[in-house]
Amino acid sequence: MEAGLDLVVSILAATLRVATPLILAALAGLFAERAGVVDVGLEGKMLAGAFAAAATAAVTGSVWMGLGAAILASGALALIHALACVTLRGSQVVSGMAINVLASGLTATLAIAWFRMGGQTPPLPQSARFPPLPLPGAETIGQIPVLGRLLVSVVGGHTAPVYLALALVPLASFLLWRTRFGLRLRACGENPGAVDAAGISVARLRYAGVMIAGLLCGVAGAAIATAQGAGFGTDMTAGRGFIALAALILGAWKPWPVLATCLAFGLLDAIAIRMQGVLIPGLGVAFPVQAVQALPYVLTVILLAGFVGRAVAPRAAGVPYVKER
Amino acid sequence: MKPLPAWADLLLLPLLNLALALCVSALVVLAAGQSPVGAMRALLVGSFGSWDSVGYTLFYATDMIFAGLAVAIAFQCGLFNIGVEGQAAIGGLGLALVCLGLDAALPVALLLPLAILGGAAGGALWGAVPGWLQARRGSHIVITTIMFNFIAASLLVYLLVNVLIEPGQMAPETRRFAAALPQLTAFGFPGHSPVNLALILALLAALGVWLLIWRTPWGYGLRVAGANPEAARYAGIDHGRRIILAMAISGALGAGIAVNELLGTHQKLLLNFTGGAGFTGIAVALMGRNHPAGVLAAALLFGALAQGGAELSFEMPEVPRDLVLVVQGLVILFTGALGGLLRAPLARLLAMGR
Amino acid sequence: MPGAIASPPAVACRGITKRFGHVLANDAVDLTVHRGSIHGVIGENGAGKSTLMAILHGFYPMDAGSIEVDGRPATIRDSADAIALGIEMVHQHFMLVEPFTVLENVMLGAEGGALLAPGRAAARESLARLSAEYGLSVDPDTVVADLGVGDKQRVEILKALHHGAEILILDEPTGVLTPQEADDLFRVLRSLRDQGKAVVLITHKLREVMAVTDRVSVMRGGKMVAHRDTAETSAEELSLLMIGRRPAAAERPLPATPGAELLRVSDLTVQDGAGVERLRGVSFTLHAGEILGIAGVAGNGQTELLEALAGMRTPSSGRIALRGAALPAGDAAARRAAGIAHVPEDRLRHGLVADFAAEDTAILGYHEDPIWRRALGLMSRSKVGAHAARLMAGHDVRPALPRLRSALFSGGNQQKLILGREMDRTPDVLLVGQPTRGVDIGGIESIHRRLRGWREAGRGVLLVSVELDEILALADRILVMFDGRIMGELPAGAADERRLGMMMAGASA
Repeated sequence: MEAGLDLVVSILAATLRVATPLILAALAGLFAERAGVVDVGLEGKMLAGAFAAAATAAVTGSVWMGLGAAILASGALALIHALACVTLRGSQVVSGMAINVLASGLTATLAIAWFRMGGQTPPLPQSARFPPLPLPGAETIGQIPVLGRLLVSVVGGHTAPVYLALALVPLASFLLWRTRFGLRLRACGENPGAVDAAGISVARLRYAGVMIAGLLCGVAGAAIATAQGAGFGTDMTAGRGFIALAALILGAWKPWPVLATCLAFGLLDAIAIRMQGVLIPGLGVAFPVQAVQALPYVLTVILLAGFVGRAVAPRAAGVPYVKER
Repeated sequence: MKPLPAWADLLLLPLLNLALALCVSALVVLAAGQSPVGAMRALLVGSFGSWDSVGYTLFYATDMIFAGLAVAIAFQCGLFNIGVEGQAAIGGLGLALVCLGLDAALPVALLLPLAILGGAAGGALWGAVPGWLQARRGSHIVITTIMFNFIAASLLVYLLVNVLIEPGQMAPETRRFAAALPQLTAFGFPGHSPVNLALILALLAALGVWLLIWRTPWGYGLRVAGANPEAARYAGIDHGRRIILAMAISGALGAGIAVNELLGTHQKLLLNFTGGAGFTGIAVALMGRNHPAGVLAAALLFGALAQGGAELSFEMPEVPRDLVLVVQGLVILFTGALGGLLRAPLARLLAMGR
Repeated sequence: MPGAIASPPAVACRGITKRFGHVLANDAVDLTVHRGSIHGVIGENGAGKSTLMAILHGFYPMDAGSIEVDGRPATIRDSADAIALGIEMVHQHFMLVEPFTVLENVMLGAEGGALLAPGRAAARESLARLSAEYGLSVDPDTVVADLGVGDKQRVEILKALHHGAEILILDEPTGVLTPQEADDLFRVLRSLRDQGKAVVLITHKLREVMAVTDRVSVMRGGKMVAHRDTAETSAEELSLLMIGRRPAAAERPLPATPGAELLRVSDLTVQDGAGVERLRGVSFTLHAGEILGIAGVAGNGQTELLEALAGMRTPSSGRIALRGAALPAGDAAARRAAGIAHVPEDRLRHGLVADFAAEDTAILGYHEDPIWRRALGLMSRSKVGAHAARLMAGHDVRPALPRLRSALFSGGNQQKLILGREMDRTPDVLLVGQPTRGVDIGGIESIHRRLRGWREAGRGVLLVSVELDEILALADRILVMFDGRIMGELPAGAADERRLGMMMAGASA
């Protein structure tokens, strides 16, 4: 029973940890695409953020300076993307892919050049990482059977980025649906002509969307390198930017469904890791970890194919806005 | 705005973009604390300094030719095929299944073509499905091909770890195939390098793509559909069917990477044999302006960068071969997305000169 | 009009001039619109009405001229300036955000604060008030995508009023409305007028002008040619002013007998993407040795007719028969093979591929023909090149360089190339849309000569053109299209400006 509870607690806690960078990156993509700019460069921005956070934290010893550096690095790449897509009206997909490749090469190159550790940054001491934040009154609450364990280890005890990611979901929802800025941003993604006709600058709103995406990807990168992990390693994002993209599509570009999807993906991942090598009882076959890992991608394709439900992206996403004659 | 004359558009602009990419990369080298000039020299020597190097350059270039052709043919139909990595992987699977199943029974002369066909079939399938989804269901090909890359990777890992693995072995690989494509060194090419017959296949593929797209009615229809879908409607060209077939051919070309790597050198199926060539193919196609001749030139360039980069990282351990990725990313950025940056000033400059 | 004499006009434009390249879209145009009036601006295509309105609401800057709003000089550089002055426009193609509710669409741009909640309440109140005042009832919480076309237009008007419009411009508002919905719209416009707003109505439909306007101004060829009080003029006078006096058609040898029937169109109906009927039960025949002209202002179903005949669009009902045999549904390639060639209205969009060499454009639609093939199914560049050279020589396309990019030819030469391509197969039926749009004088003459020659050779030409001069110069019979229907048919000899103008503007002759 204890072992069962231990397993459940550990899986649930891992779910939140794993889901955090996904939530942040998916929200990033949400802001960009809702404004009308497709962003497949989430992976690259996160990677750049991870490297900047780890490198800065290693050198300065401060995890918060690392976070700042992560936001700057990711923001710089986002600025390039905005320049290419909004001002120069170039291909949004090409720009995103370029940023992915660029970030991969740049982070690996600088990591090896500056730290000479085969592509890693020096392992960070606990002082240079996000500390786990215990639930207030954890000692007493922990005494309560079952519920106490859950509260202390699943609700409490996470690092700041986890709570930030969770708090950002209602914040994003509020911003997009209850403020003037949000109304105008969403209009840019559906019919920029209507925004223009109302005398509002489409370019400025699209820049805002892309830069917010840059900010959030930076935080996601910092979460991976300095909260979940203790340093940077080559290509450590490992496709999470694309899983976030999948979550965005499956979550219909809305914050709460995106959160639910990210948590589901996190749960799948947490289960899969623990089940690796375990034989399925009765079948004698190893647990297909890869099948679980591929599930987010397969589900996205099924949704896009329109066999089960329809994926309706912001109508004007992917099309540069040109004032018509 | 006056358009650029053809020579400027096809030759000067890509070279300028490349020069810009190299300049920025030089800055990165500086930031890494090394000399850009030294790095450049090491790069050149490393890629062409000896017959061994030349061979390796050509070997890598072979991958790039297949990848570049794959992306280029999709672009000619107006599609951005990001899925060459996955198509190559499934191509490798098809190829491996033929070899593993038939290499005991068939003579080499029959096995090799069949294996190549198996590879092409696998790649074609992995390209045609996203193509069908785009043409008939409206699913955005960029997203589906990205997803298919990951699905292919997962599939390959599963099969290699659990099903196809050589019994008693730790590494997730199959057993050695009984046959392989002869290396060019066997025909008198000097030095030691893995460049093999796949290079000839790649050159033939380039010729074939050129003939198909620029010398057949089908190819003509493809180019119309990619350049102006409305004109295709006017001319009675079936856009949907072109998309599916173009993606199938694209995937089959991508499988050429598997032919080069698996039948040409490794002689077994293993993980990550593509080494990112699918993405390099994007840079190659963009630089080569989606034309086989340009693709060949750009593929040689990126092959040299790959080989030179490897050598560079030996000579200057502080500058890893990943620097090549920086150049690649910048090339994609400048030719693809920031293309407008250089085009307008260049057009004005040239107009002034007249 | 109450108080019109005492107060300054709502808008006074003087000497508005706007040039696009060689085209003088507005030539020293004057327009005065008073408060509390509905002012119609009418004219054919290319008369300059849309350009004038675009300048008024800030889409383009004018080259010369002055604008006064309520007696004060005004500078309008962009739409924000115009909106600040109270000038709002209801576009022909609605500028609405489909997934948003009516309320959200109305609020966009006038949210009333950084947070939406307070603004929402205020907007709801304002909407209720406006609805009552002007009779524009729409449920604020409906999603716009679920609304019918008439309701969507009301949302556009409500949006404009909520933003404080004092001068409301409507551009061809009834193009997508049923007659019932159009009458509802007129009721609303009258309410607006009675409340002291200035309403400008751009249209080419005489019925509307006579039914609802107080004053009407007529534009023709970029100039303002007349202003009238509606009560003191008539549909006939307006239609004459709109199309002007036409020179008598040049003498033409008439065909001895009308030839065999080539094309029979029966009850053809075409719907657009939104399910609106663009072609309503059209029937006519085309005979060998004649040029059948289809006249009418653009947007009255001519495009849909051409595309349906060419196989680019599938009609929702009706029949097309070629030489008695029914044509199978939409396949442009099959139509070509059957002997129907098509010179499209929009040559850049449909007729050529800008980046292709001229010789490649010269085989567009005919690329499957085995004529080009050499061995192994491969196309011979030399045969394609020779074909292009022949076409260019035969149709006076300059420069005669088959390898030159299609986009680099002038409009006239592009058109000659396309015409040559379609004629090269000697099809029995030639569909031609706007053949001389953007073509210089010399090119126009050359193209007209070719079309006449085609007719003399005993083949059939269906000519669609918004240029009445062109129709009068070439056609043997003239059909006038309005609102998706054929309003009437006139033989060339009996075609006069009065009757044509009336039919083109929707009034039966």
